[in-house]
Amino acid sequence: MEIKLTLNGKPVTASVDADKLLLDFLREQGCLSVKRGCETANCGLCTVLLDGVPVLSCSVLAARAAGHQVQTLEGLQQEAEEFVGFIADQGAEQCGFCNPGFVMNTIALLRENPYPTDEEIRAFLAGNLCRCSGYEGQLRGIRNYLNWKEGKTNG
Amino acid sequence: MAELKSVGKPVRKKDAMQLLLGKPLFVEDVTPRDALVVKVLRSPHANARIREIRTENAMKVPGMVAVYTYRDVPQKRFTMAGQTYPEPSPYDRLLLDQHLRFVGDAVAIVAGETEKAVDKAMKLIRVDYEVLEPVLDFHTAKDNPILVHPEDNWRSLCPVGADNRRNLCASGQEGEGDIDEVLDSCPVVIDHTYHVKACQQAMMETFRTYTEIDRYGRLHVISSTQIVFHCRRIIANALDIPKSMVHVEKPRIGGGFGAKQTVVAEVYPAFVTWKTRRPARMVYSRKECQIAASPRHEMEVHVRLGATQEGIIRGIDLYTLSNTGAYGEHGPTTVGLSGHKSIPVYTANLEAFRFTYDVVYTNRQSAGAYRGYGATQGLFAVESAVNELAEKLHMDPLTLREKNIVREGMVMPAYYHETANACALDRCIEKCAEIFNWKEKYPVRDMGNGKIRAAGVGLSMQGSGISGLDVGSATIKLGDEGIYNLMIGAADMGTGCDTTLAQIAAECLDCDLDDIAVFGADTDASPYDSGSYASSTAYVTGKAVEKACLELRENMRRIGANMLGCTPEETVFSGKGVSCADGSASVSLMDIATRSMAGNNIPVQVTVSHSSPVSPPPFMAGMVEVEVDTQTGHVELLNYSAVVDCGTPLNPNLVRIQAEGGIAQGIGMTLTENVTYTAKGRVMEDSFMQYKIPSRLDVGKLQVDFACSHEPTGPFGAKSIGEVVINTPAPAIAHAIYRATGVWHRELPITPEKILMSMEHG
Repeated sequence: MEIKLTLNGKPVTASVDADKLLLDFLREQGCLSVKRGCETANCGLCTVLLDGVPVLSCSVLAARAAGHQVQTLEGLQQEAEEFVGFIADQGAEQCGFCNPGFVMNTIALLRENPYPTDEEIRAFLAGNLCRCSGYEGQLRGIRNYLNWKEGKTNG
Repeated sequence: MAELKSVGKPVRKKDAMQLLLGKPLFVEDVTPRDALVVKVLRSPHANARIREIRTENAMKVPGMVAVYTYRDVPQKRFTMAGQTYPEPSPYDRLLLDQHLRFVGDAVAIVAGETEKAVDKAMKLIRVDYEVLEPVLDFHTAKDNPILVHPEDNWRSLCPVGADNRRNLCASGQEGEGDIDEVLDSCPVVIDHTYHVKACQQAMMETFRTYTEIDRYGRLHVISSTQIVFHCRRIIANALDIPKSMVHVEKPRIGGGFGAKQTVVAEVYPAFVTWKTRRPARMVYSRKECQIAASPRHEMEVHVRLGATQEGIIRGIDLYTLSNTGAYGEHGPTTVGLSGHKSIPVYTANLEAFRFTYDVVYTNRQSAGAYRGYGATQGLFAVESAVNELAEKLHMDPLTLREKNIVREGMVMPAYYHETANACALDRCIEKCAEIFNWKEKYPVRDMGNGKIRAAGVGLSMQGSGISGLDVGSATIKLGDEGIYNLMIGAADMGTGCDTTLAQIAAECLDCDLDDIAVFGADTDASPYDSGSYASSTAYVTGKAVEKACLELRENMRRIGANMLGCTPEETVFSGKGVSCADGSASVSLMDIATRSMAGNNIPVQVTVSHSSPVSPPPFMAGMVEVEVDTQTGHVELLNYSAVVDCGTPLNPNLVRIQAEGGIAQGIGMTLTENVTYTAKGRVMEDSFMQYKIPSRLDVGKLQVDFACSHEPTGPFGAKSIGEVVINTPAPAIAHAIYRATGVWHRELPITPEKILMSMEHG
């Protein structure tokens, strides 16, 4: 079947099988930041934005994205760059394989709630698994970013 | 010592921003998408022989390229364990075997143009199995009439006490002093058995390998591996082709934790490419990672620990029964650490010890290397036993440890008689008690709502590389305009060794970190390195980097001296260039680099290898506060504090993250990561739906600090960090749960069901 959607701001027309997962479709489109870590919608590595809302692209059919806006980390580099350096300053990226999904969901969090508490951060990102970092460094990075942002706004 | 400019600084990882911005860096991202899809058809039976296998219908599926069965593969046995040759792990595998030894064992290799074609073809392969009785219980495996490896061409290359006719992958005994006499004369003897299951590393990137034939007709392998050089040898062994025909490299690795110290996936696409001459790729599913990978060795550790009424630990007797599963990868070596890395923690007053072990084959998933590598299992047992002793003596467990722990300068008889030249374990405990607030948190507190808060403690040690064996190498090269290339064979699997090794180089060459470009790892281009495992990289390869850089400095001084018209001894290397000692003249690094490329006979590329006769242990203390819900058995992890002695922390950020990550992994192993088998031998937890690794809601508040020591044989005083950090959660949490409930749990994971049922029956 043929589908039309907007991918990272650009119109895309493609022929896909009805059972094609959005995850596989996006990788075929060259969005290689989208990662697969499980087959059961448990790890959060494949998180992308569908009409601005975070979804697990392993659990969405490509056909479902027809007529919608899809954004991957390839299309949100600038928004990500504003805060990921703070995570790098903690060394909390580690192997990096979970990073794109985690960064996408953090973008969604910060759009919805620009100044989240630590509890809100933990709750929102609970579905983004990481096996390397123990999560504290990621939290410290986001917290440092928020402090910096607050200082910048107030200063 | 002069102040360090690069070592010890919390710099960003060189690849951090690339990773965080999702750039294409991993196997599946950097290799062509149109490669053949390779999958493995897996056995539904724990023990079976193939009577007949028919593939003709499968091959009729459009897009199918090949289906290989046991008839198509070389008949020379090999091991997939990434270890230095001759490997202690027995040669007990074929690429495909007529005899299937666990649920998930490889029946056929299937290759096709598309995943759909391969999936369809897999369903059309007809296999007639002769189903045999399996050996599933590792207690009954030794000398069982059912043999996991009855074959005549099974081979053990090293004297590890292996005997396939007895289902033994390894066995042995060692010790000093008369342990029976010492224990008989002890008024208090703790005598219990502790059980750790075959947990999965669960790195986020599953096993992935791409293979192609390169322009010289050689097999080019791009794989997510910790061990490029071992991988080259193992693939050549499996395919029975010359080693010279194999070239292995790794891109970024999405986590390893030891899983990728075994050649789990590489051999299948390699075989397909070698046969078809076409590019091929294998991507393990998460399910395959759970059922047919390389998990921790299930171990039961029986401890007998004897002490005086005053809490002087006089003797430790350990028996470890280890389950290597269907194949022997890392079986003979992991078991050693269960004794060698646990007993020496209590060196101070130890009069005698004995360490006995059996490693048995069973018809279960083959085990492998997982962070901690047997030490984790041994320390759960010994640390729990020490906690049980403290409770029995009504003594504070920290006081008990102060009396008995190993201290700097002590010779450790149970650790190859090595001397603890750098040991801050005493300070680790002291500092940890302080940041954790042990005095306040150790007493049991009833919160009045059915919830009880309590605390527990665990200590840990590990090694730094394999003494007298591991080889690390580094090549450092001066290039145009005074830049450097650092080539290594160690594998950065996310840990950041590319960066920490560059920090060592920058320190030695007195330059900026950005002036060092790192490359690794590639069997054609990197100098030989055993690989990144056994906590070796910082300590062993790090020293090789230091030595190589110092040698290059001397060569640059020689070139500079020629240019300045003096002797090398009369020159000084400043990082920016070489000058006469009297300051009269100087040449810049750029001048030296330029000269090195014109009429020059002095090498500005230096390769140095390093191996250490010792393996200095890092140490650690971990303390946990939990809240147990007595109505549900739920354990809420509130706080985890830890203090680590890794010698000199080369990069404070990266060692901290190692510690935090290791603790989180240890928490998962202790509380939620279960491995259960059906009666017929199938793993039940075959996805992340059932195998629950911790989320960020499950790890509480982690607080990590360091008590530094200076290891004289390490680069800038460094020891290892990677593995020691996973060992404290199990004993500490089990201790805290005992404090809250009055019940000792000696089997992991300690689930709410177990806690509740034990309280009802206790």
